[in-house]
Amino acid sequence: MGSALNQCIIRLHEEHHALEDYQGGVPRWCGGCGDNAILAAVQRLCRDEDLAPERTVFVSGIGCSSRFPHYMKTYGFHGIHGRAFPIAEGVKMARPDLHVFVNTGDGDCCSIGAAHWIHAIRYNMNLTVILHDNHVYGLTKKQASPTSPMGFKSNTTPRGAVLEPLNPLTVSLGVANASFIAQGVDWMPEQLYDIIHKAFKHRGFSFVRIIQRCPEFLPKMFEPWLHDPGKTLVLTHANGLQPSADVNRVYRNQREHDPLDLDAAREIASCEDPIPVGILYHNPAIPCYEDLRHAGAPRSPALTRAGLEAELDKYTIWPEQDSELARAA
Amino acid sequence: MNDTALLDRPETPVSTKPALDLPEHIVEVISDSGEGAQRCGQSLAAIAARSGNGIWTVEIIPAEIQPPARSVAGASGIRIRMGAGRITNGGDQTDLVVAFNEQVLLGRVRAGELKPGATILLESVWREHKDPKIVASYTETLKALLDGGFRVVEMPLERECRALMSDPKRGKNMFVLGMLCSIYSFDLELARAQIALIFGKKDAKVISSNVRLMEAGFDWAERTLDFKYRIPAEAVSVPQVVVSGNTAIALGVLASGMDICAMYPITPATSASHYLSECFERVGGLVHQAEDEIAACAFAIGASYAGRCAVTITSGPGYSLKQEGLGLAVMAEIPLVVVNVQRGGPSTGQPTKVEQGDLLTSIYGSHGDAPKVVMAVSGIEDCFYSMITARKIAETFNMVVVVLSDASLSTAQQPFPRPEFSEDWLAPPLDQTPVPEGAKPYDWDPVTGIARRFIPGQPGGMHTITGLAHDRLSKVAYDPAINEEGLRARSLKLAALQKTLKAPPVYGAPEGELLLVGWGGTQGAIEEAVDRLRAQGRAVSSLHLRFIQPLPSGIREVLRRFKQVMTIEGNWSDSLKDELIDEDNRRYSALAMMLRSRYLVDVDCWSEARGQPIKPGSVVDVALAQMNKHKPQNS
Repeated sequence: MGSALNQCIIRLHEEHHALEDYQGGVPRWCGGCGDNAILAAVQRLCRDEDLAPERTVFVSGIGCSSRFPHYMKTYGFHGIHGRAFPIAEGVKMARPDLHVFVNTGDGDCCSIGAAHWIHAIRYNMNLTVILHDNHVYGLTKKQASPTSPMGFKSNTTPRGAVLEPLNPLTVSLGVANASFIAQGVDWMPEQLYDIIHKAFKHRGFSFVRIIQRCPEFLPKMFEPWLHDPGKTLVLTHANGLQPSADVNRVYRNQREHDPLDLDAAREIASCEDPIPVGILYHNPAIPCYEDLRHAGAPRSPALTRAGLEAELDKYTIWPEQDSELARAA
Repeated sequence: MNDTALLDRPETPVSTKPALDLPEHIVEVISDSGEGAQRCGQSLAAIAARSGNGIWTVEIIPAEIQPPARSVAGASGIRIRMGAGRITNGGDQTDLVVAFNEQVLLGRVRAGELKPGATILLESVWREHKDPKIVASYTETLKALLDGGFRVVEMPLERECRALMSDPKRGKNMFVLGMLCSIYSFDLELARAQIALIFGKKDAKVISSNVRLMEAGFDWAERTLDFKYRIPAEAVSVPQVVVSGNTAIALGVLASGMDICAMYPITPATSASHYLSECFERVGGLVHQAEDEIAACAFAIGASYAGRCAVTITSGPGYSLKQEGLGLAVMAEIPLVVVNVQRGGPSTGQPTKVEQGDLLTSIYGSHGDAPKVVMAVSGIEDCFYSMITARKIAETFNMVVVVLSDASLSTAQQPFPRPEFSEDWLAPPLDQTPVPEGAKPYDWDPVTGIARRFIPGQPGGMHTITGLAHDRLSKVAYDPAINEEGLRARSLKLAALQKTLKAPPVYGAPEGELLLVGWGGTQGAIEEAVDRLRAQGRAVSSLHLRFIQPLPSGIREVLRRFKQVMTIEGNWSDSLKDELIDEDNRRYSALAMMLRSRYLVDVDCWSEARGQPIKPGSVVDVALAQMNKHKPQNS
């Protein structure tokens, strides 16, 4: 008996995963890049939720953000620019049993992949989506992205960006079937973890925009926010997040916000200073596309045969019975 | 299946007119859009097939949903070629036309689609129209047609139908169906059963009113027409199915064990997805209408990556949009089936018209070296089985398989032996077994280039696939040699497949004066031309290619056994008759270009891009001209 118990304990121990079980290649992001904070939070989430690495898939597009799957020791799909959403949707539709994450950047999601982003929200498939928003194209060396601030001088906007930036939160909250929209910042790691955790727990399309620093191309962009906690608006609610004592001590600018209140969410989303941090919208009642389409429905040779025969029957001319058939009609 | 027993029905009139036996006949029904000519023609074809005749249908489709009424460009209709034996194409010129107005007919006359002296059954309601211009147009056209030597029979279609229903415009097609059943001596019972089948989803009233219309048309023809035909039929010995090419593709997807079809609407491909949407879910499959062509491709790639082989169905412009995604699937070695139902191009081109313009883009498209398998379907039966073959190749070699069909095949109907389901058609069950320790996700076989794929869910197989050049561990390659190692492996897979392929049989004799080479939907027309030429004593044969990338071995030997080789294609090629065109700048047709470069054989080409299926008569003329051109001077 004793040995059986020991076996059981050993098995339990083996089946429980440690952080290292999720750590893939050594990240090649720049020192101080906000992507590192996101990676740490996500690896922690995988460990805490004890996700089986073989049943977990990280899908990404192209850009600094989209290197993410290479640094996980799970299955990963580093795709093509802008198309992480439809690839992830295909994975999820084929295999609703898998945990599917999407890592995308502001160029990947809000520019080249914007059409897919809008429709991905509408499909509301059970995906955990992380928008790594560093407000600049990094991998292609400093071009303005849709979220770059006005006046931002880049290689394609040497005299400063002339357009108002796109706000990923208001866009997301404007799409039918939005079910989970949240925002985090890379310099609040605890809060970031909690938000990603909530996102993972939501069954549906969980969209987390993470404002992250790019030390290479926009090094000073968020300094005012780092120096003044008052420029961050922490969202709190019993159905959302309850900030830790540490967060409460530093971030006094807080607002009680019911994540089911879509109008208030849109109002908060449109505010860029202070930066809202927390869960803007969460509606667990929106149905998932894969459920509506019966993903994972059983297939069997017998079923296929029956279905094919039934269809062929509609178009078949039988040799001898045909004339009888017509007469019978 | 049919409830016509419920209907009250008069006795079938027994025809007393003698019927003239014909080996084959080509019929067209031409109307304004929305008057149901296609439904009428498809029904006639089905009835002919059920009677044991060979059939082939060609739809004539205007680009607009509601083009202006009574316009030459708005002609909507169908050609049905019926024969005593097997029919493989739409033939040359029409023997008998039913036209709902003289304008839509004019388009066909001007295009030379009518046989000299053809019979025209023309709706006569326009004779009494309140607009004198229409009356004049009608009478002038009628006179011109008679002067042109056509046999024109005026038929009071609308007047006859008005006696049976309030809106005669809606029922003319069934009246015409009955009329044609009388003309071709088809069994009325078969026509009734066919109406019950096509209106099966509607209530019995709809069926009975359409049956009455059909019977009225039959009676009218029996009473009025002084001609009647009969095409000898051979009773079918094995069960046959009569479906269009796109329906056959959908049935093939269903039978292939593929699970997911991701698509975006595009003519003329969409009807395959329409039909699949009807029946796929019943067997656990799914059609996903994506937000765009790119997403449809990416969705299919995602599903295939996760272990459920997927298909995406499109046409030329959609195929162009998928190209980057296809490059990813090639690089990451994800099996994928892509159907391209070709239409005229570039751009929106001729969306409802046929062309074979996408061969080179299918083979060489996408960026960098992206080896893909490209096969072309040549008939309706082939549409069905090619989907099963494509899925198998895709999953065996972890490759993208492009299946080329075309607008003509998409709607053409032709009977073929009912497929007998085999479990071998299906994909093996999803592999979720642990990956052996030390196994690599891209452990390319040194000879075949094939690597076993790890599918999410397989313990120990975790890796990140990428569109970046990668090594055997799927790690991004920074070493130049590794890039070439991957390129080599992906290229070798084509050779590995090629070694399993057999050259297609030569149609006609294995050697001779001229070899015609074709691909895709032109097979029937080319082979019929070969038959006619051989009947004239000409040493002409043909070769029809199903696999174009890779090309099977043995083709060079076939080409070399003929004095001349020329491809027959439905795409653009420059003509040497143009002032600026010479052998230094002449652009050859796609297949000719490929054959020339691969085999160093002087392959000529003839092509047309008129948006119409190539006719056997055209091929005969071309072949004769080619042989005369190169006739030895002193013979």
